[in-house]
Amino acid sequence: MQSKLSKFYMYLFLSFLAGIILVPLYLTFISSFKTLGDLSSNVIGLPREWIFSNYTDVFGMEYFWSFAWNSLVYGVLTTVLTLICASMAAFVFAHIRFFGNRFLFNYLLIGLMFPFASAIIPLFLKVRDFGLLGTYWAVVLPQIAFGLGFAILLFRGFFKQIPPELFDAAYVDGCNYSNFFFRITIPLSVPIFSTVAVVTFVTSWNNYLLPLIMVSNEELYPWPMGIMFFRGEYDTDWSMVLTYVSLTLIPAIVFFLLAQKYIIAGLTGGAVKE
Amino acid sequence: MIKKNITSAFVEKYSTIIIFLVPALTLFTVFVVMPIFEAAYFSFYRWNGMGAPEKYVGFKNYAFLFKNGIFLNALKNNFWIIFVSLFIQLPFALFLALFLANNFRGAAVFRSLFFLPYILAEIVASLIWVYIYKGDYGLVGAIWGLFGADAPWITADKEWALTAILIVVVWKYFGIHMMIMISGLQGISKEVIEAAKIDGAGPVTTALSIKIPILWPTITLSIFLSTLGSLQLFDLIMPLTMGGPSNVTHSMVTYLYDFGVGRMRLGFGSAISVVIFIICFVVALIYQTTILKDKGYN
Repeated sequence: MQSKLSKFYMYLFLSFLAGIILVPLYLTFISSFKTLGDLSSNVIGLPREWIFSNYTDVFGMEYFWSFAWNSLVYGVLTTVLTLICASMAAFVFAHIRFFGNRFLFNYLLIGLMFPFASAIIPLFLKVRDFGLLGTYWAVVLPQIAFGLGFAILLFRGFFKQIPPELFDAAYVDGCNYSNFFFRITIPLSVPIFSTVAVVTFVTSWNNYLLPLIMVSNEELYPWPMGIMFFRGEYDTDWSMVLTYVSLTLIPAIVFFLLAQKYIIAGLTGGAVKE
Repeated sequence: MIKKNITSAFVEKYSTIIIFLVPALTLFTVFVVMPIFEAAYFSFYRWNGMGAPEKYVGFKNYAFLFKNGIFLNALKNNFWIIFVSLFIQLPFALFLALFLANNFRGAAVFRSLFFLPYILAEIVASLIWVYIYKGDYGLVGAIWGLFGADAPWITADKEWALTAILIVVVWKYFGIHMMIMISGLQGISKEVIEAAKIDGAGPVTTALSIKIPILWPTITLSIFLSTLGSLQLFDLIMPLTMGGPSNVTHSMVTYLYDFGVGRMRLGFGSAISVVIFIICFVVALIYQTTILKDKGYN
């Protein structure tokens, strides 16, 4: 009897918390269907009259699509190159014994505790001197470099679980290290590739400080800078800003529900293991 | 014949090592390690980024920084962010993790829900709260309106702006720590918990004297990660206050962005970078040594 009561209180408490998470998201979402007048006089209720013009207005903007496209390009380039560089390096650290193995691995890991903000001024100057300002690489290359440590950590942990006997057997059959990597390690490691890909892509998609430093040309703005730009343009019409934010939330939440397994595995697995 | 095979295997091995490592090592060295040293070098100059740095000023940039009221206040704000993260957010995350690590009906749904804010872009989460806090058509405005009062404009109020940021920090980040702790808790072997139950330990005793001690390495990791995160807070602050009103809500990084990068005072900005780096480095060092000490005892 008593445990039933305590269960009731537990669910009550958890639902209250869920409300604190959901109410801001819910208000943002329904407000995007309100007129500006409705928005200021009727904050909590459903729209008095559902309007969709906010959405058609936002969809009609050319730069809305270019912001989305840019973020996609930043994300895909960063993810593909991170997967290539990090998996190759991690393979060497996990499977090839040589003098300096441990040292180089630790060298790459110290990057995990380097605060990104400390590097922004030299990074900007370097990218400028390389002539990369105004290209996608200005954002992509530093993003890869700063994500490598974590990606290598995750890959190496996974590759280590591949039994060394497998390599001995392959070696007898005339397979060398690079063959082994492409023919055996990669096919066996699809889960960790998915995990690293999802975490890298989300990090790139959400990144704000780096593009803020590097990108001055509106045509190359990624999504988060786009939202801030849009907010500046429509500061007097928040129903438009909230429509834009809702259009960000919906794909993010759908993606989260689909890729949740990988996101959580990546974030907690990398954290808890080593 | 055999000798040739051995040589070619040797060559194959080392060429694989070199080809596989060079891309990662190059990118990492050029874009992560070198910038830290360059920042240290620039920090001794007065420089706007044009040409080579020439005007050597010694430690003047640092001296100015530590006499600057806005920076000292930013430092204090970072301290508050750490304080709230460690003493409110983490205990709260732990408390929830102890509940939600069990697989009762609905646990998975609540876990996902609480984790959801973490995956939203900082900018987006922050903008949502800008709206909630709005005095005219935000939720805060509406609630005050119910009592017929004029709502305070929280993010523009010197007294309340920092609290407003702290609320968003907890809202956004408690979920990831809850998840990290849940995954730690689920790694505790069932036998240990069963044994405690047989010895007559209730759920509270089990949590306090078995689960939390076993979980301690995970908890220290959470402490470390949220301290480092708090020291680098930037994205969440920009939409909410941009460091205002009257510069009272700057963090070290928004200060760096505003006063170093924004005004092209790159030498001065580099000095701020170095200070941020040193503080993070010391935190990491403390974490490393406590972990090593813990391992020594086991």
